[in-house]
Amino acid sequence: MSEAAQDTGTAHGSHSSGETTAPKKRSKLSKALTSDTFWRGIVSLIGFVVFWEVCSQMKNWTGVEVPWIGKVPPPTEVVAAWSEIFWYKGYWESWYLSTARVFAGFLMAMIVGIPFGLCLAVNKYFYDIFFPPFEILRPIPPLAWVPASIVFWPTTEMSIAFVTFLGAFFTIVINVLGGARTIDIRYLRVAQSMGATQWDLFWKIILPGTLPSIFTGAAVGMGITWEVVLAGEMLSGGGQQGGGGLGFFIWSSYMGGTVAQVIVGMISIGIAGYLSSTFIRYLGSISMPWRKLF
Amino acid sequence: MDGQNQTGAKGAISIRNVTKIYDPEGVNVMAVDDCSLEIAAGEVCMVVGPSGCGKTTLLNSIAGFHSITKGEILLDGEMLCGPGNPKAEQGADRMVVFQHGALFPWMTLGDNVAYGPIVQETMTKAEAKEKAGHMLAEAGLGDVAEKFPGEVSSGMARRAEIVRALINDPKVLLLDEPYRAMDALTKSIMHESLLEVYDRTRVTIFFITHDLEEAIFLGDRVIVMTTRPARTKKIVNVDIPRPRDYTTLTSEKFRQLVEEAKDAVHEEAIKAFEAGERELA
Repeated sequence: MSEAAQDTGTAHGSHSSGETTAPKKRSKLSKALTSDTFWRGIVSLIGFVVFWEVCSQMKNWTGVEVPWIGKVPPPTEVVAAWSEIFWYKGYWESWYLSTARVFAGFLMAMIVGIPFGLCLAVNKYFYDIFFPPFEILRPIPPLAWVPASIVFWPTTEMSIAFVTFLGAFFTIVINVLGGARTIDIRYLRVAQSMGATQWDLFWKIILPGTLPSIFTGAAVGMGITWEVVLAGEMLSGGGQQGGGGLGFFIWSSYMGGTVAQVIVGMISIGIAGYLSSTFIRYLGSISMPWRKLF
Repeated sequence: MDGQNQTGAKGAISIRNVTKIYDPEGVNVMAVDDCSLEIAAGEVCMVVGPSGCGKTTLLNSIAGFHSITKGEILLDGEMLCGPGNPKAEQGADRMVVFQHGALFPWMTLGDNVAYGPIVQETMTKAEAKEKAGHMLAEAGLGDVAEKFPGEVSSGMARRAEIVRALINDPKVLLLDEPYRAMDALTKSIMHESLLEVYDRTRVTIFFITHDLEEAIFLGDRVIVMTTRPARTKKIVNVDIPRPRDYTTLTSEKFRQLVEEAKDAVHEEAIKAFEAGERELA
Protein backbone atom coordinates (compact mmCIF):
# COMPACT_ATOMS: atom_id res chain seq x y z
CA MET A 1 0.00 0.00 0.00
CA SER A 2 2.71 2.46 -0.76
CA GLU A 3 1.27 3.82 -3.96
CA ALA A 4 0.70 7.17 -2.31
CA ALA A 5 4.32 7.45 -1.42
CA GLN A 6 5.47 6.97 -4.96
CA ASP A 7 7.06 9.81 -6.76
CA THR A 8 4.38 11.49 -8.78
CA GLY A 9 7.11 12.58 -11.15
CA THR A 10 6.52 15.07 -13.88
CA ALA A 11 3.71 14.69 -16.31
CA HIS A 12 5.88 15.48 -19.24
CA GLY A 13 9.34 14.52 -20.26
CA SER A 14 10.77 11.09 -20.53
CA HIS A 15 13.75 11.56 -18.26
CA SER A 16 12.46 9.96 -15.08
CA SER A 17 9.23 8.19 -15.86
CA GLY A 18 10.79 4.76 -15.88
CA GLU A 19 12.93 5.09 -12.79
CA THR A 20 10.76 4.06 -9.89
CA THR A 21 13.65 4.48 -7.52
CA ALA A 22 14.02 8.18 -8.25
CA PRO A 23 14.17 9.93 -4.88
CA LYS A 24 11.41 12.44 -4.25
CA LYS A 25 13.80 15.09 -2.97
CA ARG A 26 14.99 16.55 -6.24
CA SER A 27 15.39 20.26 -6.20
CA LYS A 28 12.87 22.23 -8.18
CA LEU A 29 15.65 23.87 -10.13
CA SER A 30 17.25 20.66 -11.31
CA LYS A 31 13.81 19.36 -12.18
CA ALA A 32 13.13 22.46 -14.26
CA LEU A 33 16.50 22.31 -15.99
CA THR A 34 15.96 18.73 -17.09
CA SER A 35 12.35 19.06 -18.21
CA ASP A 36 11.44 19.27 -21.88
CA THR A 37 8.90 21.96 -21.17
CA PHE A 38 11.58 24.26 -19.79
CA TRP A 39 13.81 23.88 -22.84
CA ARG A 40 10.95 24.22 -25.28
CA GLY A 41 10.11 27.48 -23.53
CA ILE A 42 13.67 28.74 -23.93
CA VAL A 43 13.78 27.77 -27.61
CA SER A 44 10.44 29.44 -28.21
CA LEU A 45 11.59 32.70 -26.61
CA ILE A 46 14.81 32.73 -28.59
CA GLY A 47 12.90 31.97 -31.77
CA PHE A 48 10.54 34.85 -31.08
CA VAL A 49 13.36 37.34 -30.55
CA VAL A 50 15.19 36.19 -33.68
CA PHE A 51 12.02 36.45 -35.77
CA TRP A 52 11.42 39.95 -34.47
CA GLU A 53 15.02 41.02 -35.16
CA VAL A 54 14.98 39.64 -38.71
CA CYS A 55 11.63 41.24 -39.55
CA SER A 56 12.66 44.63 -38.14
CA GLN A 57 16.01 44.61 -39.89
CA MET A 58 14.68 43.38 -43.24
CA LYS A 59 14.48 46.91 -44.63
CA ASN A 60 18.11 47.65 -43.75
CA TRP A 61 19.26 44.41 -45.28
CA THR A 62 17.17 44.03 -48.41
CA GLY A 63 15.27 47.29 -48.73
CA VAL A 64 11.94 45.51 -48.40
CA GLU A 65 9.92 46.45 -45.36
CA VAL A 66 7.99 43.72 -43.59
CA PRO A 67 4.50 45.04 -42.88
CA TRP A 68 3.78 46.12 -39.28
CA ILE A 69 6.79 44.50 -37.65
CA GLY A 70 9.11 46.48 -39.93
CA LYS A 71 8.05 49.65 -38.11
CA VAL A 72 9.02 48.27 -34.70
CA PRO A 73 12.57 48.83 -33.52
CA PRO A 74 14.53 45.56 -33.42
CA PRO A 75 15.43 43.83 -30.14
CA THR A 76 19.04 44.97 -30.40
CA GLU A 77 17.90 48.59 -30.42
CA VAL A 78 15.53 47.94 -27.50
CA VAL A 79 18.31 46.32 -25.50
CA ALA A 80 20.55 49.27 -26.28
CA ALA A 81 17.88 51.69 -25.07
CA TRP A 82 17.35 49.59 -22.01
CA SER A 83 21.02 49.40 -21.07
CA GLU A 84 21.12 53.16 -21.33
CA ILE A 85 18.17 53.93 -19.07
CA PHE A 86 18.97 51.00 -16.81
CA TRP A 87 21.28 53.35 -14.89
CA TYR A 88 18.79 56.15 -14.59
CA LYS A 89 17.22 56.56 -11.21
CA GLY A 90 13.99 57.75 -12.83
CA TYR A 91 13.40 54.41 -14.53
CA TRP A 92 13.57 52.51 -11.26
CA GLU A 93 11.45 55.14 -9.57
CA SER A 94 8.81 54.38 -12.15
CA TRP A 95 8.99 50.72 -11.22
CA TYR A 96 8.73 51.55 -7.57
CA LEU A 97 5.79 53.94 -7.99
CA SER A 98 3.74 51.55 -10.12
CA THR A 99 4.46 48.52 -7.96
CA ALA A 100 3.61 50.40 -4.78
CA ARG A 101 0.32 51.57 -6.29
CA VAL A 102 -0.57 48.11 -7.52
CA PHE A 103 0.09 46.48 -4.18
CA ALA A 104 -1.60 49.20 -2.16
CA GLY A 105 -4.77 48.98 -4.25
CA PHE A 106 -4.61 45.23 -4.39
CA LEU A 107 -4.11 44.80 -0.65
CA MET A 108 -7.00 47.14 0.12
CA ALA A 109 -9.18 45.18 -2.27
CA MET A 110 -8.25 41.92 -0.54
CA ILE A 111 -8.74 43.33 2.95
CA VAL A 112 -12.18 44.70 2.11
CA GLY A 113 -13.21 42.23 -0.58
CA ILE A 114 -12.63 38.88 1.13
CA PRO A 115 -14.72 39.57 4.26
CA PHE A 116 -17.35 41.30 2.13
CA GLY A 117 -17.62 38.30 -0.22
CA LEU A 118 -17.77 35.84 2.67
CA CYS A 119 -20.49 37.86 4.39
CA LEU A 120 -22.48 37.87 1.16
CA ALA A 121 -22.11 34.09 0.99
CA VAL A 122 -23.04 33.18 4.55
CA ASN A 123 -25.61 35.77 5.55
CA LYS A 124 -28.86 36.00 3.67
CA TYR A 125 -29.81 39.45 5.01
CA PHE A 126 -26.42 40.86 4.20
CA TYR A 127 -26.74 39.43 0.71
CA ASP A 128 -30.23 40.81 0.15
CA ILE A 129 -29.17 44.29 1.22
CA PHE A 130 -25.73 44.64 -0.34
CA PHE A 131 -25.75 42.46 -3.43
CA PRO A 132 -28.10 44.54 -5.65
CA PRO A 133 -26.06 47.79 -5.48
CA PHE A 134 -22.89 45.73 -5.83
CA GLU A 135 -24.20 44.11 -8.99
CA ILE A 136 -25.11 47.48 -10.50
CA LEU A 137 -21.67 48.97 -9.80
CA ARG A 138 -19.73 45.87 -10.83
CA PRO A 139 -20.12 46.09 -14.62
CA ILE A 140 -18.77 49.66 -14.70
CA PRO A 141 -15.20 49.38 -16.02
CA PRO A 142 -12.63 50.78 -13.56
CA LEU A 143 -11.48 53.35 -16.10
CA ALA A 144 -14.97 54.78 -16.31
CA TRP A 145 -14.49 55.74 -12.68
CA VAL A 146 -11.49 57.94 -13.45
CA PRO A 147 -13.22 61.29 -13.99
CA ALA A 148 -15.57 60.73 -11.08
CA SER A 149 -12.76 59.73 -8.76
CA ILE A 150 -10.76 62.81 -9.75
CA VAL A 151 -13.75 64.82 -8.59
CA PHE A 152 -14.21 62.76 -5.40
CA TRP A 153 -10.64 62.68 -4.17
CA PRO A 154 -8.46 65.65 -3.36
CA THR A 155 -5.19 64.35 -4.86
CA THR A 156 -4.31 62.52 -8.07
CA GLU A 157 -2.57 59.86 -6.04
CA MET A 158 -5.76 59.09 -4.15
CA SER A 159 -7.78 58.95 -7.35
CA ILE A 160 -5.37 56.43 -8.84
CA ALA A 161 -5.45 54.42 -5.61
CA PHE A 162 -9.22 54.37 -5.58
CA VAL A 163 -9.57 53.27 -9.20
CA THR A 164 -6.92 50.59 -8.64
CA PHE A 165 -8.79 49.34 -5.62
CA LEU A 166 -12.02 49.10 -7.60
CA GLY A 167 -10.31 47.14 -10.36
CA ALA A 168 -9.43 44.28 -8.04
CA PHE A 169 -12.29 44.61 -5.56
CA PHE A 170 -15.18 43.47 -7.76
CA THR A 171 -13.28 40.49 -9.13
CA ILE A 172 -12.21 39.34 -5.69
CA VAL A 173 -15.68 39.67 -4.20
CA ILE A 174 -17.38 37.80 -7.00
CA ASN A 175 -14.84 34.98 -6.79
CA VAL A 176 -15.09 34.69 -3.03
CA LEU A 177 -18.87 34.67 -3.20
CA GLY A 178 -18.93 32.05 -5.94
CA GLY A 179 -16.33 29.93 -4.21
CA ALA A 180 -18.04 29.98 -0.84
CA ARG A 181 -21.36 29.10 -2.40
CA THR A 182 -20.07 26.11 -4.30
CA ILE A 183 -18.53 24.40 -1.29
CA ASP A 184 -19.70 20.81 -1.35
CA ILE A 185 -22.72 20.63 0.93
CA ARG A 186 -21.54 17.27 2.21
CA TYR A 187 -18.62 18.94 3.98
CA LEU A 188 -21.03 21.19 5.82
CA ARG A 189 -23.33 18.29 6.65
CA VAL A 190 -20.53 16.13 8.01
CA ALA A 191 -19.16 18.98 10.09
CA GLN A 192 -22.60 19.82 11.44
CA SER A 193 -23.31 16.18 12.25
CA MET A 194 -20.11 16.13 14.25
CA GLY A 195 -21.35 19.11 16.21
CA ALA A 196 -19.49 22.00 14.60
CA THR A 197 -20.68 25.46 15.65
CA GLN A 198 -21.19 28.28 13.16
CA TRP A 199 -17.76 29.55 14.19
CA ASP A 200 -16.12 26.18 13.48
CA LEU A 201 -17.92 25.94 10.17
CA PHE A 202 -16.70 29.34 9.12
CA TRP A 203 -13.06 28.97 10.06
CA LYS A 204 -12.50 25.29 9.35
CA ILE A 205 -14.81 24.59 6.42
CA ILE A 206 -16.00 27.69 4.60
CA LEU A 207 -12.75 29.66 4.69
CA PRO A 208 -10.40 26.84 3.59
CA GLY A 209 -13.02 25.70 1.10
CA THR A 210 -13.06 29.18 -0.41
CA LEU A 211 -9.27 29.69 -0.49
CA PRO A 212 -8.82 28.33 -4.02
CA SER A 213 -11.39 30.84 -5.31
CA ILE A 214 -9.82 33.60 -3.25
CA PHE A 215 -6.52 33.00 -4.99
CA THR A 216 -8.12 32.74 -8.41
CA GLY A 217 -9.78 36.08 -7.73
CA ALA A 218 -6.49 37.49 -6.50
CA ALA A 219 -4.62 36.40 -9.62
CA VAL A 220 -7.22 37.92 -11.94
CA GLY A 221 -7.53 40.99 -9.73
CA MET A 222 -3.79 41.50 -9.81
CA GLY A 223 -3.84 41.55 -13.61
CA ILE A 224 -6.65 44.09 -13.67
CA THR A 225 -4.83 46.20 -11.09
CA TRP A 226 -1.79 46.52 -13.35
CA GLU A 227 -3.96 47.53 -16.27
CA VAL A 228 -5.75 50.15 -14.24
CA VAL A 229 -2.61 51.59 -12.64
CA LEU A 230 -0.91 51.93 -16.00
CA ALA A 231 -3.88 53.65 -17.58
CA GLY A 232 -4.25 55.90 -14.56
CA GLU A 233 -0.60 56.92 -14.79
CA MET A 234 -0.87 57.72 -18.48
CA LEU A 235 -3.83 59.97 -17.78
CA SER A 236 -2.41 61.68 -14.73
CA GLY A 237 0.92 62.72 -16.18
CA GLY A 238 3.99 63.41 -14.10
CA GLY A 239 2.81 66.35 -12.06
CA GLN A 240 3.80 67.31 -8.57
CA GLN A 241 1.09 65.46 -6.75
CA GLY A 242 1.03 61.87 -7.88
CA GLY A 243 1.81 60.72 -11.39
CA GLY A 244 4.97 59.11 -12.63
CA GLY A 245 5.27 55.35 -12.74
CA LEU A 246 5.72 52.99 -15.66
CA GLY A 247 2.54 54.22 -17.35
CA PHE A 248 3.87 57.74 -17.39
CA PHE A 249 7.26 56.43 -18.49
CA ILE A 250 5.70 54.87 -21.58
CA TRP A 251 3.63 57.92 -22.30
CA SER A 252 6.52 60.36 -22.01
CA SER A 253 8.75 58.08 -24.11
CA TYR A 254 6.05 58.13 -26.77
CA MET A 255 5.77 61.90 -26.59
CA GLY A 256 9.54 62.14 -26.74
CA GLY A 257 9.54 59.99 -29.84
CA THR A 258 11.75 57.07 -28.75
CA VAL A 259 9.84 54.00 -29.73
CA ALA A 260 12.56 51.70 -28.42
CA GLN A 261 12.04 53.19 -24.99
CA VAL A 262 8.27 52.65 -25.28
CA ILE A 263 9.00 48.98 -25.85
CA VAL A 264 11.35 48.93 -22.87
CA GLY A 265 8.44 50.23 -20.78
CA MET A 266 6.10 47.62 -22.19
CA ILE A 267 8.48 44.77 -21.46
CA SER A 268 9.07 46.17 -17.99
CA ILE A 269 5.36 45.93 -17.33
CA GLY A 270 5.31 42.39 -18.65
CA ILE A 271 8.06 41.45 -16.23
CA ALA A 272 6.40 43.27 -13.34
CA GLY A 273 3.09 41.52 -14.04
CA TYR A 274 4.79 38.16 -14.27
CA LEU A 275 6.59 38.69 -10.97
CA SER A 276 3.33 39.76 -9.32
CA SER A 277 1.44 36.69 -10.43
CA THR A 278 4.35 34.46 -9.41
CA PHE A 279 4.12 36.08 -6.00
CA ILE A 280 0.37 35.34 -5.81
CA ARG A 281 0.93 31.75 -6.90
CA TYR A 282 3.59 31.37 -4.27
CA LEU A 283 1.29 32.70 -1.57
CA GLY A 284 -1.39 30.33 -2.81
CA SER A 285 0.86 27.32 -2.66
CA ILE A 286 2.02 28.00 0.89
CA SER A 287 -1.47 28.67 2.20
CA MET A 288 -3.03 25.67 0.45
CA PRO A 289 -0.57 22.82 1.06
CA TRP A 290 -3.21 20.26 0.13
CA ARG A 291 -3.20 21.50 -3.43
CA LYS A 292 0.55 21.26 -3.83
CA LEU A 293 0.32 17.66 -4.89
CA PHE A 294 1.47 17.75 -8.44
CA MET B 1 -31.35 -12.15 13.51
CA ASP B 2 -27.89 -12.48 14.87
CA GLY B 3 -27.20 -8.79 15.23
CA GLN B 4 -28.79 -7.90 18.53
CA ASN B 5 -27.03 -10.36 20.75
CA GLN B 6 -24.18 -8.12 21.75
CA THR B 7 -23.47 -6.45 25.04
CA GLY B 8 -25.36 -3.24 25.69
CA ALA B 9 -26.10 -2.78 22.01
CA LYS B 10 -27.53 0.61 21.12
CA GLY B 11 -28.66 2.19 17.93
CA ALA B 12 -32.02 0.57 17.19
CA ILE B 13 -33.84 2.48 14.48
CA SER B 14 -37.59 2.36 13.99
CA ILE B 15 -38.91 3.74 10.76
CA ARG B 16 -42.69 3.90 11.07
CA ASN B 17 -45.01 4.69 8.19
CA VAL B 18 -42.61 7.26 6.78
CA THR B 19 -43.76 9.16 3.72
CA LYS B 20 -41.72 11.81 1.95
CA ILE B 21 -43.15 14.02 -0.74
CA TYR B 22 -40.92 16.45 -2.60
CA ASP B 23 -42.71 19.44 -3.98
CA PRO B 24 -40.19 21.35 -6.00
CA GLU B 25 -42.33 23.00 -8.67
CA GLY B 26 -45.82 22.23 -7.52
CA VAL B 27 -45.49 18.72 -8.87
CA ASN B 28 -45.64 16.32 -5.98
CA VAL B 29 -43.06 13.63 -6.22
CA MET B 30 -43.51 10.87 -3.72
CA ALA B 31 -40.07 9.55 -2.87
CA VAL B 32 -41.01 7.32 0.04
CA ASP B 33 -44.48 5.90 0.60
CA ASP B 34 -45.59 4.59 3.97
CA CYS B 35 -42.35 2.81 4.59
CA SER B 36 -41.84 0.91 7.82
CA LEU B 37 -38.70 -0.83 8.96
CA GLU B 38 -37.34 -1.95 12.29
CA ILE B 39 -33.57 -2.12 12.52
CA ALA B 40 -32.22 -3.82 15.62
CA ALA B 41 -29.34 -2.39 17.59
CA GLY B 42 -26.09 -3.69 16.18
CA GLU B 43 -27.66 -4.95 12.99
CA VAL B 44 -26.12 -4.54 9.57
CA CYS B 45 -29.07 -3.54 7.45
CA MET B 46 -28.44 -3.43 3.73
CA VAL B 47 -30.83 -1.51 1.50
CA VAL B 48 -30.97 -2.24 -2.22
CA GLY B 49 -33.31 -0.95 -4.89
CA PRO B 50 -33.44 0.71 -8.29
CA SER B 51 -31.71 4.07 -8.83
CA GLY B 52 -33.69 7.03 -7.58
CA CYS B 53 -36.07 4.86 -5.60
CA GLY B 54 -35.84 6.87 -2.41
CA LYS B 55 -33.19 4.96 -0.49
CA THR B 56 -31.05 8.02 -0.04
CA THR B 57 -34.09 10.05 1.01
CA LEU B 58 -34.58 7.60 3.82
CA LEU B 59 -30.95 7.84 4.85
CA ASN B 60 -31.04 11.63 4.71
CA SER B 61 -34.12 11.67 6.91
CA ILE B 62 -32.39 9.56 9.55
CA ALA B 63 -29.29 11.75 9.38
CA GLY B 64 -31.36 14.92 9.65
CA PHE B 65 -30.51 16.40 6.26
CA HIS B 66 -34.13 16.26 5.05
CA SER B 67 -37.55 16.50 6.63
CA ILE B 68 -40.19 13.81 6.31
CA THR B 69 -43.79 14.42 5.34
CA LYS B 70 -45.53 11.78 7.42
CA GLY B 71 -44.68 9.08 9.91
CA GLU B 72 -41.88 9.00 12.45
CA ILE B 73 -38.33 7.78 12.92
CA LEU B 74 -37.07 6.71 16.34
CA LEU B 75 -33.59 5.99 17.60
CA ASP B 76 -33.50 3.74 20.67
CA GLY B 77 -37.11 4.61 21.39
CA GLU B 78 -36.58 8.37 21.20
CA MET B 79 -38.20 10.31 18.42
CA LEU B 80 -35.76 11.77 15.89
CA CYS B 81 -38.42 13.17 13.67
CA GLY B 82 -42.15 12.79 13.43
CA PRO B 83 -45.35 14.77 13.89
CA GLY B 84 -44.53 18.33 14.89
CA ASN B 85 -40.81 17.89 14.20
CA PRO B 86 -40.42 16.90 10.57
CA LYS B 87 -36.65 17.26 10.46
CA ALA B 88 -34.33 15.35 12.76
CA GLU B 89 -31.55 17.29 14.40
CA GLN B 90 -28.12 16.34 13.04
CA GLY B 91 -25.98 14.63 15.61
CA ALA B 92 -22.80 12.70 16.12
CA ASP B 93 -24.82 9.62 17.13
CA ARG B 94 -25.62 9.11 13.44
CA MET B 95 -22.58 9.49 11.22
CA VAL B 96 -22.80 9.44 7.45
CA VAL B 97 -20.21 8.17 4.99
CA PHE B 98 -20.96 9.52 1.54
CA GLN B 99 -20.82 8.08 -1.94
CA HIS B 100 -17.76 9.80 -3.29
CA GLY B 101 -16.13 10.47 0.02
CA ALA B 102 -16.32 13.71 1.94
CA LEU B 103 -13.08 13.98 3.82
CA PHE B 104 -12.16 17.65 4.11
CA PRO B 105 -9.53 18.06 1.39
CA TRP B 106 -7.72 20.79 3.32
CA MET B 107 -7.02 18.67 6.38
CA THR B 108 -4.67 15.72 6.70
CA LEU B 109 -6.29 12.36 7.41
CA GLY B 110 -5.24 12.75 11.05
CA ASP B 111 -6.83 16.19 11.33
CA ASN B 112 -9.96 14.95 9.59
CA VAL B 113 -10.38 12.19 12.15
CA ALA B 114 -9.58 14.48 15.08
CA TYR B 115 -12.09 17.11 13.93
CA GLY B 116 -15.17 15.61 15.62
CA PRO B 117 -13.84 15.38 19.19
CA ILE B 118 -12.26 18.83 18.83
CA VAL B 119 -15.45 20.64 17.80
CA GLN B 120 -17.47 18.69 20.34
CA GLU B 121 -14.88 19.75 22.93
CA THR B 122 -14.83 16.24 24.37
CA MET B 123 -11.05 16.16 24.01
CA THR B 124 -8.25 18.67 23.81
CA LYS B 125 -6.58 19.13 20.46
CA ALA B 126 -3.59 17.04 21.51
CA GLU B 127 -5.74 14.22 22.89
CA ALA B 128 -7.91 14.15 19.80
CA LYS B 129 -4.91 14.02 17.50
CA GLU B 130 -3.36 11.24 19.53
CA LYS B 131 -6.56 9.20 19.49
CA ALA B 132 -6.95 9.84 15.76
CA GLY B 133 -3.42 8.58 15.23
CA HIS B 134 -4.17 5.41 17.17
CA MET B 135 -7.41 4.72 15.34
CA LEU B 136 -5.84 5.31 11.94
CA ALA B 137 -2.99 2.98 12.82
CA GLU B 138 -5.52 0.37 13.89
CA ALA B 139 -7.13 0.65 10.47
CA GLY B 140 -3.74 0.20 8.80
CA LEU B 141 -3.48 3.88 7.93
CA GLY B 142 -0.74 4.85 10.37
CA ASP B 143 1.73 5.76 7.63
CA VAL B 144 -0.58 8.13 5.84
CA ALA B 145 -2.05 10.01 8.82
CA GLU B 146 -0.12 13.13 7.85
CA LYS B 147 -1.15 13.00 4.21
CA PHE B 148 -3.96 14.96 2.60
CA PRO B 149 -6.95 13.07 1.18
CA GLY B 150 -5.87 13.98 -2.34
CA GLU B 151 -2.59 12.18 -1.81
CA VAL B 152 -3.97 8.76 -0.88
CA SER B 153 -5.91 6.17 -2.84
CA SER B 154 -9.70 6.22 -2.77
CA GLY B 155 -9.68 3.01 -0.75
CA MET B 156 -7.53 4.58 1.95
CA ALA B 157 -9.63 7.72 1.92
CA ARG B 158 -12.84 5.74 2.42
CA ARG B 159 -11.37 3.75 5.29
CA ALA B 160 -10.17 6.98 6.89
CA GLU B 161 -13.65 8.38 6.51
CA ILE B 162 -15.12 5.46 8.40
CA VAL B 163 -12.52 6.01 11.12
CA ARG B 164 -13.54 9.68 11.20
CA ALA B 165 -17.12 8.57 11.79
CA LEU B 166 -16.22 5.99 14.42
CA ILE B 167 -14.15 8.35 16.58
CA ASN B 168 -17.43 10.08 17.46
CA ASP B 169 -18.67 6.80 18.90
CA PRO B 170 -21.88 6.87 16.87
CA LYS B 171 -24.83 4.59 17.52
CA VAL B 172 -25.49 4.26 13.82
CA LEU B 173 -23.29 4.37 10.74
CA LEU B 174 -25.15 5.52 7.66
CA LEU B 175 -23.36 4.52 4.48
CA ASP B 176 -24.59 5.77 1.14
CA GLU B 177 -23.00 3.57 -1.50
CA PRO B 178 -19.54 4.18 -0.09
CA TYR B 179 -17.78 1.72 -2.38
CA ARG B 180 -19.46 2.62 -5.61
CA ALA B 181 -17.11 3.11 -8.55
CA MET B 182 -14.35 1.11 -6.93
CA ASP B 183 -12.76 -1.81 -8.68
CA ALA B 184 -13.62 -5.29 -7.49
CA LEU B 185 -10.31 -5.87 -5.77
CA THR B 186 -10.37 -2.63 -3.77
CA LYS B 187 -13.99 -3.30 -2.95
CA SER B 188 -13.26 -6.68 -1.45
CA ILE B 189 -10.52 -5.16 0.71
CA MET B 190 -13.00 -2.49 1.80
CA HIS B 191 -15.53 -5.18 2.71
CA GLU B 192 -13.10 -7.07 4.85
CA SER B 193 -12.01 -3.93 6.63
CA LEU B 194 -15.64 -2.91 7.27
CA LEU B 195 -16.48 -6.37 8.62
CA GLU B 196 -13.45 -6.14 10.86
CA VAL B 197 -14.64 -2.75 12.15
CA TYR B 198 -18.11 -4.12 12.67
CA ASP B 199 -16.95 -7.19 14.56
CA ARG B 200 -15.02 -4.88 16.86
CA THR B 201 -17.63 -2.18 17.43
CA ARG B 202 -21.01 -3.78 16.68
CA VAL B 203 -22.30 -0.41 15.61
CA THR B 204 -25.64 -0.43 13.82
CA ILE B 205 -25.07 -0.09 10.09
CA PHE B 206 -27.55 1.24 7.55
CA PHE B 207 -25.92 0.60 4.22
CA ILE B 208 -27.28 1.59 0.82
CA THR B 209 -25.94 -0.23 -2.22
CA HIS B 210 -26.65 -1.38 -5.75
CA ASP B 211 -24.44 -4.38 -5.42
CA LEU B 212 -26.37 -7.48 -4.34
CA GLU B 213 -23.33 -9.58 -3.57
CA GLU B 214 -22.00 -6.79 -1.40
CA ALA B 215 -25.36 -6.64 0.36
CA ILE B 216 -25.51 -10.35 1.13
CA PHE B 217 -21.85 -10.57 2.06
CA LEU B 218 -22.00 -7.74 4.59
CA GLY B 219 -25.58 -7.73 5.84
CA ASP B 220 -27.69 -9.39 8.49
CA ARG B 221 -30.72 -8.48 6.44
CA VAL B 222 -31.14 -7.16 2.94
CA ILE B 223 -34.09 -4.86 2.36
CA VAL B 224 -35.17 -4.76 -1.26
CA MET B 225 -37.02 -1.52 -1.97
CA THR B 226 -39.65 -1.02 -4.63
CA THR B 227 -39.18 1.50 -7.38
CA ARG B 228 -40.30 5.03 -6.50
CA PRO B 229 -42.13 5.63 -4.23
CA ALA B 230 -39.98 3.46 -2.02
CA ARG B 231 -41.57 0.76 0.07
CA THR B 232 -40.06 -2.44 1.38
CA LYS B 233 -40.69 -5.13 -1.19
CA LYS B 234 -38.81 -8.04 0.23
CA ILE B 235 -36.59 -8.74 3.19
CA VAL B 236 -33.89 -11.35 2.79
CA ASN B 237 -32.51 -12.70 6.06
CA VAL B 238 -28.86 -13.53 5.68
CA ASP B 239 -28.28 -16.40 8.08
CA ILE B 240 -24.63 -16.84 7.26
CA PRO B 241 -22.62 -16.92 10.49
CA ARG B 242 -20.00 -14.28 11.31
CA PRO B 243 -17.13 -13.72 11.13
CA ARG B 244 -17.33 -13.96 7.36
CA ASP B 245 -14.46 -13.84 4.92
CA TYR B 246 -13.89 -14.30 1.22
CA THR B 247 -14.59 -18.03 1.41
CA THR B 248 -18.19 -17.09 2.21
CA LEU B 249 -18.48 -15.76 -1.33
CA THR B 250 -18.19 -19.21 -2.83
CA SER B 251 -20.52 -21.02 -0.43
CA GLU B 252 -23.74 -22.60 -1.68
CA LYS B 253 -25.77 -20.64 0.86
CA PHE B 254 -24.36 -17.34 -0.37
CA ARG B 255 -25.19 -18.06 -4.02
CA GLN B 256 -28.66 -19.12 -3.07
CA LEU B 257 -29.37 -15.89 -1.16
CA VAL B 258 -28.02 -13.78 -3.99
CA GLU B 259 -30.36 -15.54 -6.41
CA GLU B 260 -33.28 -14.96 -4.08
CA ALA B 261 -32.60 -11.25 -3.79
CA LYS B 262 -31.79 -10.94 -7.48
CA ASP B 263 -35.25 -12.01 -8.56
CA ALA B 264 -36.89 -9.37 -6.39
CA VAL B 265 -34.52 -6.63 -7.51
CA HIS B 266 -34.81 -7.60 -11.15
CA GLU B 267 -38.56 -7.20 -11.09
CA GLU B 268 -38.25 -3.72 -9.65
CA ALA B 269 -35.48 -2.77 -12.03
CA ILE B 270 -37.73 -3.61 -14.97
CA LYS B 271 -40.56 -1.57 -13.48
CA ALA B 272 -38.24 1.35 -12.92
CA PHE B 273 -36.88 1.07 -16.45
CA GLU B 274 -40.36 1.00 -17.97
CA ALA B 275 -41.45 3.95 -15.85
CA GLY B 276 -38.42 5.82 -17.14
CA GLU B 277 -39.31 4.94 -20.72
CA ARG B 278 -42.83 6.25 -20.19
CA GLU B 279 -41.52 9.49 -18.77
CA LEU B 280 -39.33 9.94 -21.81
CA ALA B 281 -42.06 9.04 -24.31
